[in-house]
Amino acid sequence: MSASPILEVEELSLAAGSKTLVSGVGFSLDRGESLGLVGESGSGKSLTLRAILGLLPRGVEQVGGTIKSEVRAAMIFQDPRKSLDPLCPVVRQVEEVVYYRQQVSRKAARTIALELLEMLGLPDSLKQTDRYPSQLSGGQCQRIVIAIALACKPGILLCDEPTTALDVTVQQQILATITRLQQELDFAMVFVTHNLAIAATLCSKLCVMKQGSIVEHGDALSLLQHPQHPYTQMLIDSVLPLPELEGSASV
Amino acid sequence: MSTALRIEDLTVHYDHFTALDKVSLEIQQHTTLGLVGESGSGKSTLARVIAGLISPVQGQVLLGSQNLGKKRSREQHKKIQMIFQNPDSSFNPKHTIRQILAEALLFHQIVDRSHVDRRCKELLASVRMDESALGRYPHEFSGGQRQRIAIARALSVEPSILIADEPTSALDVSVQLSILELFNKLKSELNLTMLFISHDLGVIHAISDNVAVMRQGRLVEVNTKEQFFTRPSTAYSRELLSAVPKMPTSQLSGGFL
Amino acid sequence: MKSTLLDLPLQPDDQRKSTFQTILSTPSLVAGGIMLVLLIGLAVLAPVISPYQPSEQNLYAFLKPPSAEHWLGTDQLGRDVFSRLIYAARSDLKIMVLAEIIPFCTGVFLGMLAGYYGKWVDSVISLVTDTFIAFPFYLIVIIVAFASGAGQRGIYITFILVGWIVFARVTRGLSASFRKQEWIASAQTLGLSGVRIILRHLLPNVLPQAVVVLMTDMVGLLVAIVTLGYLGIGIAPPTPDWGTMIADGQSFITTAWWLSAVPGFAVVYTGIALSLTGDGLADLWRRK
Repeated sequence: MSASPILEVEELSLAAGSKTLVSGVGFSLDRGESLGLVGESGSGKSLTLRAILGLLPRGVEQVGGTIKSEVRAAMIFQDPRKSLDPLCPVVRQVEEVVYYRQQVSRKAARTIALELLEMLGLPDSLKQTDRYPSQLSGGQCQRIVIAIALACKPGILLCDEPTTALDVTVQQQILATITRLQQELDFAMVFVTHNLAIAATLCSKLCVMKQGSIVEHGDALSLLQHPQHPYTQMLIDSVLPLPELEGSASV
Repeated sequence: MSTALRIEDLTVHYDHFTALDKVSLEIQQHTTLGLVGESGSGKSTLARVIAGLISPVQGQVLLGSQNLGKKRSREQHKKIQMIFQNPDSSFNPKHTIRQILAEALLFHQIVDRSHVDRRCKELLASVRMDESALGRYPHEFSGGQRQRIAIARALSVEPSILIADEPTSALDVSVQLSILELFNKLKSELNLTMLFISHDLGVIHAISDNVAVMRQGRLVEVNTKEQFFTRPSTAYSRELLSAVPKMPTSQLSGGFL
Repeated sequence: MKSTLLDLPLQPDDQRKSTFQTILSTPSLVAGGIMLVLLIGLAVLAPVISPYQPSEQNLYAFLKPPSAEHWLGTDQLGRDVFSRLIYAARSDLKIMVLAEIIPFCTGVFLGMLAGYYGKWVDSVISLVTDTFIAFPFYLIVIIVAFASGAGQRGIYITFILVGWIVFARVTRGLSASFRKQEWIASAQTLGLSGVRIILRHLLPNVLPQAVVVLMTDMVGLLVAIVTLGYLGIGIAPPTPDWGTMIADGQSFITTAWWLSAVPGFAVVYTGIALSLTGDGLADLWRRK
């Protein structure tokens, strides 16, 4: 496809007071494409993501650059429990977002909400009895959060370490769900993570960030194979290797 | 090789929730046992019971041939030290690093008062920290540095068992690597016996000699590291291992494994 | 494995702010401090500064408005208001400070005990605090004041009985939250005794907050002392006291308004000074 990119970030700079937090960050994203922002704490990857959504924390301002986007963006945060209203049952939370963002009737909103839940592989029992976030597991909460994000019909899904707070087995399921949904719904994705392995499996393009700027970017596989920047090399070296599991092909 | 620590039938309840369900385990002298499990599996509870912070409903903790009861003596406390997960809250914010290290040294009479300063400097050097750290407060250090200081404090009283409860989980990957290197160095230099807890299988692989897996308060598998990572004996271990996100290996076969 | 030491370098010593610099960058603390120093200076130096004896009567010059001779005028007995005002500061502030010492210590200690040990210790201490809170403070003050006879003793006894509760509640909450933190767990792993952990580890951490509460609580206590004086069951005459001064001036409010206004202003001034200092200290410790 040679259509124009749906998200273009150029020379983005963010600062808090006199302190520069992000400088000269730029990338573009086509429909259905996924980009991984990789870096350690303080690299500015989460701030960049928040700038795209227009949700900068208090005191942080955009001091330069442009963000051009033609489509809606929705975001998934690191801690699923903290991103849900603890006093509102989860299906209602999805329903509310559908009702306001898709401008449909209450009844239609409920149907759409239930469809979303099914799409995300949440238990059918939620259709009969709605539950509070505290009654669900971390993984289930994150699925609800994703359902809410999708209810906005986003053209871009922004993910801020969505699996860091989860157990490995749950992480695997959530990542599989996100991949499947992306294929089905064809949204673009910016995925922020500190885990190179996750970024590499999920994203076709990678940007490695360090202290507020992109030190290296490119196609995920070639970047990992031939890292040019020592910091990228260092990140790759920090991934702790595991031996091959015997007979793992059958699992 | 002799047994450094043996626990038998440990059971702990929190209200109606069984955190530990008849757990029995042995750690051999001068080895590191890696304890893996997902959140809520009871691994931290187990660590706290062994360290004497929680008393079990049932079961025993045996250090060598000594049974550690509910009230431990000063000497028994000294022998088991622990490093915690969160480097932000593992030090008294109002004490300097000198006070923190000196308290441990003096309380257990490791050195006399006149040698405290020298010993503190040696301890910091052993965890590759500069001695200028002594006069500073914990909040002046990064997470990795604090974790080094925590290791120095734990080792200062010359414990016979060191428990590390997710010591690298709150750190960046590169810092995590340097802390793991430090653990490995200390392990061989001091012949440490360790119980190393982590949810991260990569970390467990990097540090352990043997691996124990916990799930919902029970011990699922205890195995040697080689066995566990290549031929785990239970389906749950296999599930855990295969869930670890991997670098796309086909392209990276050269440098990685 | 390669050695990777990427930890941040330590901040050089000359970039660390000295305590004095941080104090200066807290305007409320500076303002409150200056106001307090001024007040305490006046009170301490009262015998030196005051132009007249506080109970020296001059029936030829009663109810005089402020003048060069009598800076704040005279009262109905011709006593110099300024001299009485600073002597009253002496007695009121002295009682205020003395009456806070014992409640502060017991409150902080009991709060730490309850927060650290939890379980039944906490239940007992919390039961007592909750019971006392159910009674209106002034009711207790008045009952005790009548039972023990008017005067300073009533204030001291009342405050020993109920004054510790605020401190206990604050330190209990703080201690309970610190107790869950890992530095307490590591002190326990070392084998330190409960008392040692409370005194060496918890105390320095709860003390700043307790001192901030102390500042605001002193304002309340001062108002109580003045109120009792006003009601005639506080500090007994002839010891000068702001409360009695307000009450005495009340009958002349239309002709000699300064008689009540001046001691009233003194109470407000002290309240602002203490509050500013408390705010400033809280600010200072939060930033550290």
